[in-house]
Amino acid sequence: MPEHNTGADWINVDFISVTMKNKKKTPTFEETAKAYLSNTQLRRNIGHATHTIREKRETVVGEMPDWEILREAGSQLKKRVMRHLDDYLLQLEASVQEAGGKVHWAGDAEEANRIIADLVKEQQAEEVVKVKSITTDEIGLNQALAGEGIRALETDLAELIVQLAEDEPSHILVPAIHKNRSEIRELFRKKLNQQELSDRPEDLAEAARLYLRKKFLNAKVGISGANFAVADTGTVAVVESEGNGRMCTTLPETLITVMGIEKIIPRWRDFEVFMQLLPRSSTAERMNPYNSFWTGVTEGDGPREFHLVLLDNGRTNVLADEVGRQTLNCIRCSACLNVCPVYERTGGHAYNSVYPGPIGAILTPQLRGLDDEGAASLPYASTLCGACYEVCPVKINIPEVLVHLRGKIVDRKKREGGLKTKTDPEHVGMRWMGRAFTKRSRYERAQKIARLGQKIFVRDGTISNLPGELSGWTAMRDLKPIPKQTFREWWGDRDE
Amino acid sequence: MQISLFITCFNDTLFPETGKAMVQLLERLGHQVDFPLEQTCCGQMHYNTGYQEETIPLVRRFVEVFGEAEAVVAPSASCVGMVREFYSKVAERAGDPELANAVEEVIPRVFELSEFLVKELGIEDVGAYYPHRVTYHPTCHSLRVLHVGDAPLILLRNVRGIDLVELPAAEQCCGFGGTFAVKNADTSMAMLGDKIRHIKGTGAEVCAAADNSCLMHIGGALKRQRSGVEPVHLAEILASTEETE
Amino acid sequence: MSSAKDNILGSIRAALREVPAEEQPEDIEVPRDYRKQGEGGVIDIVERFAERVGEYKATVNRIHEEELKDTIAESCRGEGVEALAVPDGFPGEWLPDDLTLLQDKKDAPLSHRELDRSDGVITTCALGIAQTGTLVLDAGAGQGRRVLTLLPDYHLCIIWESQIVELVSEGFRYFEASVEQEGPPLTFISGPSATSDIELSRVEGVHGPRRLEVLIVSR
Ligand code: SF4
Repeated sequence: MPEHNTGADWINVDFISVTMKNKKKTPTFEETAKAYLSNTQLRRNIGHATHTIREKRETVVGEMPDWEILREAGSQLKKRVMRHLDDYLLQLEASVQEAGGKVHWAGDAEEANRIIADLVKEQQAEEVVKVKSITTDEIGLNQALAGEGIRALETDLAELIVQLAEDEPSHILVPAIHKNRSEIRELFRKKLNQQELSDRPEDLAEAARLYLRKKFLNAKVGISGANFAVADTGTVAVVESEGNGRMCTTLPETLITVMGIEKIIPRWRDFEVFMQLLPRSSTAERMNPYNSFWTGVTEGDGPREFHLVLLDNGRTNVLADEVGRQTLNCIRCSACLNVCPVYERTGGHAYNSVYPGPIGAILTPQLRGLDDEGAASLPYASTLCGACYEVCPVKINIPEVLVHLRGKIVDRKKREGGLKTKTDPEHVGMRWMGRAFTKRSRYERAQKIARLGQKIFVRDGTISNLPGELSGWTAMRDLKPIPKQTFREWWGDRDE
Repeated sequence: MQISLFITCFNDTLFPETGKAMVQLLERLGHQVDFPLEQTCCGQMHYNTGYQEETIPLVRRFVEVFGEAEAVVAPSASCVGMVREFYSKVAERAGDPELANAVEEVIPRVFELSEFLVKELGIEDVGAYYPHRVTYHPTCHSLRVLHVGDAPLILLRNVRGIDLVELPAAEQCCGFGGTFAVKNADTSMAMLGDKIRHIKGTGAEVCAAADNSCLMHIGGALKRQRSGVEPVHLAEILASTEETE
Repeated sequence: MSSAKDNILGSIRAALREVPAEEQPEDIEVPRDYRKQGEGGVIDIVERFAERVGEYKATVNRIHEEELKDTIAESCRGEGVEALAVPDGFPGEWLPDDLTLLQDKKDAPLSHRELDRSDGVITTCALGIAQTGTLVLDAGAGQGRRVLTLLPDYHLCIIWESQIVELVSEGFRYFEASVEQEGPPLTFISGPSATSDIELSRVEGVHGPRRLEVLIVSR
């Protein structure tokens, strides 16, 4: 059984190195998935979690008669934003500044981390409190700050667990879903110095509350991500359950918020769409416990300084692809993860990215580029069953983007050519069949050749052992041999 | 009605019985059936694997072969899904507006068997007889691309002698996914394992579906496990009568 | 820094080359025919609000205005509150006489530590949303700064029946003008702080108040 943290270090190290344009390869999905598939505890936990949230989501979505209209509205609003992103960003910058905030632009992870580290140093803070943000995971902020002698403390219960265990999150919404209560108790005993601790979730939560309360009260700087930012008013929103988001965004004197440039919505009113779509799709609640909306700084209430860091880090590349562009609509609800039959079996770590599941399978390769072999394996980590598209609250056609990316990967392989491509069995097979299908006579001949060719594999009317790439099939399944007569031969006989 | 069969390369080569069943069934219902011999493959495997350039001649071929047909009916939800979902995209890729037009023209006349019977012809009882315990697996493409809904179940419920049992977690993918089953064989098997468990739990003798591709995958494991459950295409059940049984 | 900005804007414009120059954002149609105005009568709406807040494991009490003072005193006693934080502008006549009141004043704000040591906080609110059982605070009189409802472990919130709207859309529209003009910080509260991070079993209360009590008041 693999330890979850065995792979932990390289995942993030690699991600930073990739974002820093240092081309290092990540392992492929199939390589990593293999190990996680035999982790029984992970399988059970993830299976339980995804099924529970899936069913709850169906119930709360079922009580919305206008759900499909809201989805369409959400999708169109995002489309509006993407097609006019430059104007919206400038508008956001102006409105945040007008409300007393400062805006910073970061082209990549390195720039963003530099900006944030400098801001923290200005406040002479050695420790900052953070509310869960995948964007900051994406840029490897915690490691970058550590390199500058600043400790970034995760304050979500799950993120705290992951951080203390020096592990990686496995789910967007419930990052520690791969850990069970006894493991968490052991961890808290060791790291929080809590000897007398039961494994009841209430007690574990209480231990985290006590530990973090002190940290919150002493923090000079808070760091958050953003779920949305309103271009028109400069209002930023953080959606959460535990209250640590409220802590991080109200207690410290300085608040730094990092957001991908795609998180914009045009107007305040548009929350009536997104704040209906997000909670029901995400935690499967009518509304999650806390939503904070703030506009710049307010005298006497909350931080005195507010910094908004706008991050590109590959997003403009995604924008440039007309089919792939819709990926930027994502509001990170994780509904697609919870319905995905692949994710349900492999868990999040198999994706080797901070973005797991179906959304990760389309976002990661677009952000990192297709020359990263690991990223390029992700679009193939799907059966195209369409469950993700059906639930996505902003109607991202994930199967369409997956197939589109596969096309780009193959086109690239063809362009590169070379011996490796020419001898690749899939490539050879596809070419051969492609030709066969373009002409009836060739096709009929191919049918006959295949029927003859299979003879050496058929035993007692079935094929149980194939060589090479196809052995993946017969390792666990029998294959039905081609019968003596094709349909067209039968039809021909019947016509006579 | 004059119905053109689009048997698909997969069924033509590997599952001729399904095609024969289509012919028997549609003729029994009083329709004329033809099978244009120039047809080959819809291009789905190429397209979904990323060999999209290779799909262009196949789309061209499809509209040439079926352009004039009154109705095109196929025993494969995923091949019909390919036509409906992606043919216009292929035409766009080819940069050929004429092909795009031809595709738009033909798409509304292409149907999967169960949706054709229930939604187009309005038939719910095809007069079949099939005295077996059957469970039905709704394939992903029939559900989420074609949205056939419960058309196949309506047809099955009206089959005489049948003992139709509900499949738990029916809407979960079986793990086939074309090249996925080979490229990600381990994950595919993990998915298939659960599907097989559910099928066996029903105590059915027969597992039916509207796609032979998924059935080949499911059936491959059923056979390997000597489970005694037979995969059978929906068309073959609907074609059965007292005489054939 | 301006160069990062120029680069990003430049890449965006290059990425969007196919978007026609004359296209306006509004040209992309957004359907707005989802429910925007509730159809329930006042009685239904209040009923639903009470029910949904209750489903989040908050304590809900429906009372008449005249019972306010007694109910508040009783609730505080029941929760073992001795030191109660009170925001600026909260009606003094409702407050119990036998408690230590920690009054938060604009010119003399309570420190974070004082709040942390308090046993609870009492506030009014700006709006209630029945569809989702949500309380909205906009830092107005009687509601106080955001931190007031964050550090104490018990939050007692008072809402008039007339403050409850039916739908989420109505809720957001209600604040549209004030956000556009003054931009007050808004907090939406739906039940007490909660987590499901450990094996997906729900625990009420991690960082925010672990106990939320709502008094729905009729006149
Ligand atoms: S892709 Fe859609 S379903 Fe998946 S996380 Fe993003 S918004 Fe949610």
